[in-house]
Amino acid sequence: MISQAILARLDGRGRIFLGVILAALVAVPVLNMLVPVGSPFHVPTWLVSLMGKYLCFAILALALDLVWGYCGILSLGHGAFFALGGYAIGMYLMRQIGPRGVYGNPILPDFMVFLNYKELPWFWYGFDFFPFAALMVFLAPGILAFVFGWFAFRSRVTGVYLSIITQALTYALMLAFFRNDMGFGGNNGLTDFKDILGFSVQAPGTRLALFVATLLALAASYLFARAVVTSKAGKVLVAVRDAESRTRFLGFRVERYKLFVFVASAMMAGLAGALYVPQVGIINPSEFQPGNSIEVVIWVAVGGRGTLVGAAIGAILVNLAKTTFTTGALAPYWLFALGALFVLTTLLMPKGVIGTYAAWREKRREKLALAANAAATPAE
Amino acid sequence: MNQRVTDYLLYLDGVSVAFDGFKAINSLALTIMPGEMRAIIGPNGAGKTTMMDIITGKTKPDDGDVIFNGSVDLTQLDEADIANLGIGRKFQKPTVFEMHTVEDNIRLALKADRRVFTTLFWKDSAGEREKVNRILATIRLEHLREANAANLSHGQKQWLEIGMLLAQDPKLLLVDEPVAGMTDAETEATAHLLKEIARDHSVLVVEHDMAFVRELGVKVTVLHEGAVLAEGPLDVVSANSRVIEVYLGR
Ligand SMILES: Nc1ncnc2c1ncn2[C@@H]1O[C@H](COP(=O)(O)OP(=O)(O)O)[C@@H](O)[C@H]1O
Ligand SMILES: [Mg+2]
Repeated sequence: MISQAILARLDGRGRIFLGVILAALVAVPVLNMLVPVGSPFHVPTWLVSLMGKYLCFAILALALDLVWGYCGILSLGHGAFFALGGYAIGMYLMRQIGPRGVYGNPILPDFMVFLNYKELPWFWYGFDFFPFAALMVFLAPGILAFVFGWFAFRSRVTGVYLSIITQALTYALMLAFFRNDMGFGGNNGLTDFKDILGFSVQAPGTRLALFVATLLALAASYLFARAVVTSKAGKVLVAVRDAESRTRFLGFRVERYKLFVFVASAMMAGLAGALYVPQVGIINPSEFQPGNSIEVVIWVAVGGRGTLVGAAIGAILVNLAKTTFTTGALAPYWLFALGALFVLTTLLMPKGVIGTYAAWREKRREKLALAANAAATPAE
Repeated sequence: MNQRVTDYLLYLDGVSVAFDGFKAINSLALTIMPGEMRAIIGPNGAGKTTMMDIITGKTKPDDGDVIFNGSVDLTQLDEADIANLGIGRKFQKPTVFEMHTVEDNIRLALKADRRVFTTLFWKDSAGEREKVNRILATIRLEHLREANAANLSHGQKQWLEIGMLLAQDPKLLLVDEPVAGMTDAETEATAHLLKEIARDHSVLVVEHDMAFVRELGVKVTVLHEGAVLAEGPLDVVSANSRVIEVYLGR
């Protein structure tokens, strides 16, 4: 019954998307664990983790598409929510190290010993307990988004002004997290993780499990986003995007709708960050870099804004290109390539990969229908 | 505070607003009785749209009283509050949700709980479908219910917006130039529609088209330079020498 309700909310594109996720859910573990290492079909663990990383970006892109594509809020600060989710899980991973750190302190992480901390700062309390850390993965970005959105949306800051203050937000957080006395490891961030839930983060089995968890999180995030955008509230969001003041004159409290979608999206970004950190093994303040948040916008634009699936595909495609580019001789030119990609998609494919594909299919169907008609009616 | 201070549905007195020193509305007084339909005419720039902006909370007046339903001070409320009190508005330039279908435009406007979590879990009901069908029939857009509003003609958008007003089921409808850009046949049909609506709603309609105003056959208020110039039946005000001067003798 529930599965029927879910299927009813999906379009064809969504079913294919979930189908691919399901296939990967079966295929990747088999190809990684069961197919022998020498076989051309074997998927090595480093590749599993790389794909896991892309999937985290796909969740982040989905989060941005929810606010930007459907409500017109161009957030240039989603990297901050991603990083906060990452720090929350990073703090848990630090506490799991226990006495195995270089300094062997059972309570204090290495960087605190190094900086002469005498005791654990109060805001680290509870992070040794996974459910608490998992809650903070959502609460930390959620609360920040709530406070920020409360003020910004109530005072009706929109458009480019809103984008600029979201950039300022992530920049300010970057500067704050760079400081050693903030208690989050400063410049170096959090790293040298050992275990997650009692399993070694380096072990192939754990890496595969993290990949699977990320796939499931992507599917769940997609279903959540889809449920929101197909609901009546989702229609209000689109109404706000296209004619904000008209929506107000119909009696909708626009600022509350914006706040809801902004907070939900920030939490989704936090989840992405939390899955990312154990797979890459580090979180540091550079994740707050304003440029990171701008990259997310490019992924969504390339894939197709306001399509959800397109955002996820855009994130994967652009990051695939980035990996290819930055591991070769062309590495220094990546940023130029990224800029060019953005300009070209904006000019040539304003609806992104997905939108352009849909338009092409539509045209082809029309042509076929026309041809069929011509064949059916005898020549005069 | 909740004491009824007037019997009028809408009561404006001494209302003024200035934009950069220019008085768009100048000590305006206007009253509408419950159930009344009123036509507002006046040359371009007379302040007709600005008056609607003030009533609906888009513009805050510098001065004056704007009282709804005998006791509610509208100057203290914002657009959403005022809409939920039962004041609906149709804009001069038709504004519908272009990316939504005709049907969804009506559904969004339909009188209902507007809170986020109620709309998030909103379920379609037979009663709602029935209401939507009735409105679509009234505005004659049944055949276009699945069409995106962006694809409607100008006149159809005007009608869709009137349909959205109906869906809101407000106590007072503010209708800004509903027949601008319509053919004669469409204009006549719109006059019919508004008269139909006026049977169980109070309506304030701004229009330039004199044939249309004559067709409505209601009391007319002439606005000029942000204040009332004349008020009464159309034949009387159009014989007023000041009105003739303002309209014709520039
Ligand atoms: N937001 C605004 N800022 C500055 N001037 C305005 C604004 N709104 C209206 N005006 C001016 O107020 C006057 C009345 O405008 P308006 O109410 O639109 O007239 P009408 O609807 O009767 O044609 C015009 O001169 C217009 O330029
Ligand atoms: Mg006007």
